[in-house]
Amino acid sequence: MKVLMSGNEAIARGAYELGIRFGVGYPGTPSTEILEEFSKYDGVYAEWAPNEKVALEVGIGAAVAGARALVTMKHVGVNVAADPLFTVSYTGTNGALVIITADDPSLHSSQNEQDNRNYAKFAKIPMLEPADSQEAKEFIKIAFALSEKFDTPVFLRTTTRVSHSKSVVIIEDPQPVENKTEIRIMPSKYVMVPAMARMRRLEVEKRMHALRDYADTFAENRTEINNTEVGVITAGMPYNYVKDIFPEFSYLKLGMVHPLPEKLIREFAAKVKKLYVIEELDPFIEEQIRAMGIEVAGKDVFPFTNEFDPGVIETALKGKPASLVKLPEVAIPPRPPNLCPGCPHRGLFHVLGKLKTFVAGDIGCYTLSFMKPLEGMHSCICMGASVGMAHGMSKALQEKGKGKVVGVIGDGTFLHSGVTPLLNMAYNQGEAVIVICDNRTTAMTGMQEHPATGYTLQGRKAKELDIAALAKVLGIDSVRVVDPYDIKNTRDVLREELARPGSSVVISRRSCVLFKRHQTEIRKPLRVDVNKCIGCRNCIGLGCPPIAWRKFADMPADQVIRNAKKQEGNSFIDGDLCTGCTICQQVCKVGAIVEVE
Amino acid sequence: MTKKSTSQKINTLGVKSILMAGVGGQGILRASDILCLVMMEAGMDVKKSEVHGMAQRGGCVTSHIRYGGKVYSPIERKGNVDILLAFEKLESLRYLDYLKPDSRIIVNELELYPPAVNLGDMTYPEQAIDLVKETFKTVKVVKAHEIARKAGNLRAENTALLGVLSQWLDLEVTMWEKILWEVFPKKVVDANLKAFHLGREA
Repeated sequence: MKVLMSGNEAIARGAYELGIRFGVGYPGTPSTEILEEFSKYDGVYAEWAPNEKVALEVGIGAAVAGARALVTMKHVGVNVAADPLFTVSYTGTNGALVIITADDPSLHSSQNEQDNRNYAKFAKIPMLEPADSQEAKEFIKIAFALSEKFDTPVFLRTTTRVSHSKSVVIIEDPQPVENKTEIRIMPSKYVMVPAMARMRRLEVEKRMHALRDYADTFAENRTEINNTEVGVITAGMPYNYVKDIFPEFSYLKLGMVHPLPEKLIREFAAKVKKLYVIEELDPFIEEQIRAMGIEVAGKDVFPFTNEFDPGVIETALKGKPASLVKLPEVAIPPRPPNLCPGCPHRGLFHVLGKLKTFVAGDIGCYTLSFMKPLEGMHSCICMGASVGMAHGMSKALQEKGKGKVVGVIGDGTFLHSGVTPLLNMAYNQGEAVIVICDNRTTAMTGMQEHPATGYTLQGRKAKELDIAALAKVLGIDSVRVVDPYDIKNTRDVLREELARPGSSVVISRRSCVLFKRHQTEIRKPLRVDVNKCIGCRNCIGLGCPPIAWRKFADMPADQVIRNAKKQEGNSFIDGDLCTGCTICQQVCKVGAIVEVE
Repeated sequence: MTKKSTSQKINTLGVKSILMAGVGGQGILRASDILCLVMMEAGMDVKKSEVHGMAQRGGCVTSHIRYGGKVYSPIERKGNVDILLAFEKLESLRYLDYLKPDSRIIVNELELYPPAVNLGDMTYPEQAIDLVKETFKTVKVVKAHEIARKAGNLRAENTALLGVLSQWLDLEVTMWEKILWEVFPKKVVDANLKAFHLGREA
């Protein structure tokens, strides 16, 4: 049967069809839907781990027990999981282990655009790369087969365009499931102390040698000979872009990007006059081909940064086509993502922005508060960095930093990698204030469960971690909870904690406005009473989507109601968008914001 | 073992593309899914692409849909889109560089203010539709909001716009109806069918 599937859905489907019944991961765009979709199939066990390192270790455990385990994460997640990754390459897997790395060229939703093909080479692990959803479904099956055949973890790499584009997939019935789990004790294979790891190290080289031979015969390393003037070696999504523009070229489309099929590449290079490698991000394939002594063009023609599209390929090889459309000369206001109407983070960052502190931020929706007009965040490096950075800053600044350094981290991110730095801060007697903005879910990636939500990925009731109790037990001197919809109390508590010696945690707790589980109250939307508004722009400073500034200069004269001498305009609230959170009402000094009757 | 397919003659020239553009929350991804399903029903190859995640938080959302005999890329290059379906006025201006001189455009007459306009730092280009009409011959302007209201469900704005788009596509109305029946829950399917047909007549 033909269905329309995203790359992520197709990976989940392929794993299910093959009989994979164990999946673990950590949410992160563009990987999240793989495990979400997989978890919905019959007879499957799937769980969210608190971070990618734990996810991989859980997967390794399952594989050592003889299961075939699927582990999913985004590209930067592999950094977190790198420690077990490099050593499971030595031990091999007993059952099977496939790790999905979903890369994000162009940083659509990431803090960097690292090319994780480098991890395959670095950790000596084979890597497959599909170009569309049908291939994604087939390649996940091949990945498991390779893992079993060569006793190795295998990477399947996607990019955002493969994960999130949809194309036609032929689905098949699932194969019968065979349970091969059992306890097998093999210390020489799984206890990686130096003496034994040295032995396994040799096995890794033997395995890579065998895989290189295999790559030359691998059916998904596919040669398409057309016109031999130009030959293109490519893999993954860029293959589609080039095929669209230059169907006449000859192609070596690599399904496996590590290790490379040297013999095939030499054969292909010998057949074509001009050879290009077309790959996004790093010259990963190109450099290896150059090292084979083959003349090839690549990054001298194509960009190093950002994802490609057919236009990028066309421009690189033919020059920029002349634009045939005369574009109107008009300033088009940008439309960046923004905190939602009623977002609980808005109240918190309004307060933080006014406290004149350095706010070390983290990864989540709240990162958006760095933008105008809130401008409430001053750094964002990686998951969990806020806590360690705030501590490090306050230690370095000493007296100068007293009451001036805040770390802000979301509930999901805190449980991902904020707990150990918080323990460190308590242990080393840090003075920073850490704010945990607890919106009761993993909001940014679309409401995934975590250890403090009370539910598992598959919807079972779970233990609900008490974040305040955890902070206390780690040794934090003062732990307070505030409601960020209550501006005055949030401000008072933060001021008190900044003034207090010792370590503090303030939990800013209010459920994500898009998350239905905790929404009980019905709130009325608000409006601006133009007979009271003095045009002070306090509410505009919240950057809430329904609140707009209307200049008197743009209004008909008879509609202008002036309540202050130098007033230049009014605020206006779009009642269709307003959720009635009342934050703007609280920052209005003249009581001009009232409920819609 | 190696698959060696020689010179396959696959016609990629007949591939056409539609670009949907609007604001997060307008139902663009659902609309492009439906369009792809109808095209599959009609026996075509189809691919679509959009970006999730960060872009959903009220930012601009686009969906590329490419269809025909054999489709490779799920995204279209600049200067090559056949039809632009803009779910919002300002968003009709943002992607004009993706169009050809003879591209056709549908604009939903709706204004959603981006942050810079709300802050008073930039003005909303009220004249957006006139500007688009200056450059392109075929521009259809509709009020999908009103169509959806008439159909009895404000959220059916996206289906109403699909109805408008369907006028320009050679796809049988029964195929549209079949897919709409399949994708919508019973409660809202009638309103969506009605919105689609009102859009088709608009």
